[in-house]
Amino acid sequence: MSVPADLPQLSPAEIRHYSRHLIMPEVGTAGQRKLKAAKVLTVGAGGLGSPLGLYLAAAGVGTLGMVDFDVVDESNLHRQVLFGRSSVGRPKIQAATDRLRDLNPHIKIVPHELRLDSSNALELFRDYDIVVDGTDNFQTRYLVNDACVLLGKPNVYGSIFRFEGQVSIFWGARGPCYRCLFPEPPPPGLVPSCAEGGVLGVLPGIIGSLQANEVIKLIVGVGDPMIGRLLLFDALKMKFRELKLRKDPGCPICSEHPTQTGLIDYDQFCGIEPHAETVEAAFEISTPQLKAWMDEGRPLTVLDVRNPQEWEICRIEGSTLIPLPELQDRLGELDPASTIVTLCHSGMRSARAVNFLRQMGYSRAINLAGGINAWSLQVDPSVPMY
Amino acid sequence: MSVTIQIPTPLRRFTGDQGDVVVEGTTVGEAMQDLTRRHPALQRHLYTDDGALRSFVNLFLNDEDVRHLQKEATPVAAGDTLSIIPSIAGGAGSAL
Repeated sequence: MSVPADLPQLSPAEIRHYSRHLIMPEVGTAGQRKLKAAKVLTVGAGGLGSPLGLYLAAAGVGTLGMVDFDVVDESNLHRQVLFGRSSVGRPKIQAATDRLRDLNPHIKIVPHELRLDSSNALELFRDYDIVVDGTDNFQTRYLVNDACVLLGKPNVYGSIFRFEGQVSIFWGARGPCYRCLFPEPPPPGLVPSCAEGGVLGVLPGIIGSLQANEVIKLIVGVGDPMIGRLLLFDALKMKFRELKLRKDPGCPICSEHPTQTGLIDYDQFCGIEPHAETVEAAFEISTPQLKAWMDEGRPLTVLDVRNPQEWEICRIEGSTLIPLPELQDRLGELDPASTIVTLCHSGMRSARAVNFLRQMGYSRAINLAGGINAWSLQVDPSVPMY
Repeated sequence: MSVTIQIPTPLRRFTGDQGDVVVEGTTVGEAMQDLTRRHPALQRHLYTDDGALRSFVNLFLNDEDVRHLQKEATPVAAGDTLSIIPSIAGGAGSAL
């Protein structure tokens, strides 16, 4: 990374703010001035973006950009420590900007309230020295990687799932990129998202802090950056492991003879349908309709395809639980001649289940639109929403 | 030859929640076959219908990516650890 020859000076107020950095030989005034000159973009202001934003702002990264388009939800608060109860319902970018400006008025916070995509990523990244990946889906991860490779910028990567985390620096110009490690994404639905699989609240705090540490090291130019290494963290075993990463000589984007020289359609690359999983209207019923059928005593199987932990939170009386990942192996438990109403949290996984069941000959499978959340809203408010 | 295969969280539901499975084999491929023999539900998550390892399944023998060794033909030694490294996207995700 290039450091401008004329590093900005520190004001007396900045010297007071950063004094514990300044007295460390590894940072010192020169390091702090490099931080002030640095421009870092964090993609995502969520679980990983929270510690990233807080620590990078506190540390004095002079220009800190954040990209997000989401709104703060109550279910974010167990891990997204940038936000408090007063932020619920506000755009994350606005709440984050207010919080970070309060934390450090000496830096420039640049809010980008937008959805990152192939049409805006290159232009957006161009103004920054380092990009930090705190996103939550494969499409954006491949997009961030490819844009960074094309622009020659380091991508400080962190990812989490339940109790596990990963950290690395992907930098095509100096080592392997994300695609060298993960040439292809898993098909949609195979790896559950955090909304399905859950995540330990403190985990993004740990992984995002490790990413912030790598960013600061890159800027100041100290230590061994995680280029060509993948850190694996297991919070249950409390173990860190490190794997060696190598550049793939056939990598489509970062190798010497790339076959891809621009950004692509990442939804298509990741096998995402333009409009999530849908079922034909004829194969779907509303929650009041299901209630009416149940009251009539119509013979039917209400098949809940959520996970057992979600079933613990709430359920529809009389329903049968077969989690979606087990459905294929447990088909024998279902009668192909019966009416099967599938349900999940909000109707997406159960739509996958209906499409799968119909393919397998269960011609009377139908989806409960809106899932158990709609049931709670429209039929039985005693069923808690989550 | 006993080697330990580390199972990532997303796949542990197919191994009865075991994170470490001890298997027998002299190569990476044999060790993986022994794994799916012991836990058949893993088969379709790790292999295509044609029996090829799925392209998004990353295997590391100790700390090296087997793609940079001899892939599934890579010999294993007693006490080696074979890790299946999951592609995780993490973060928040909208409610499903």
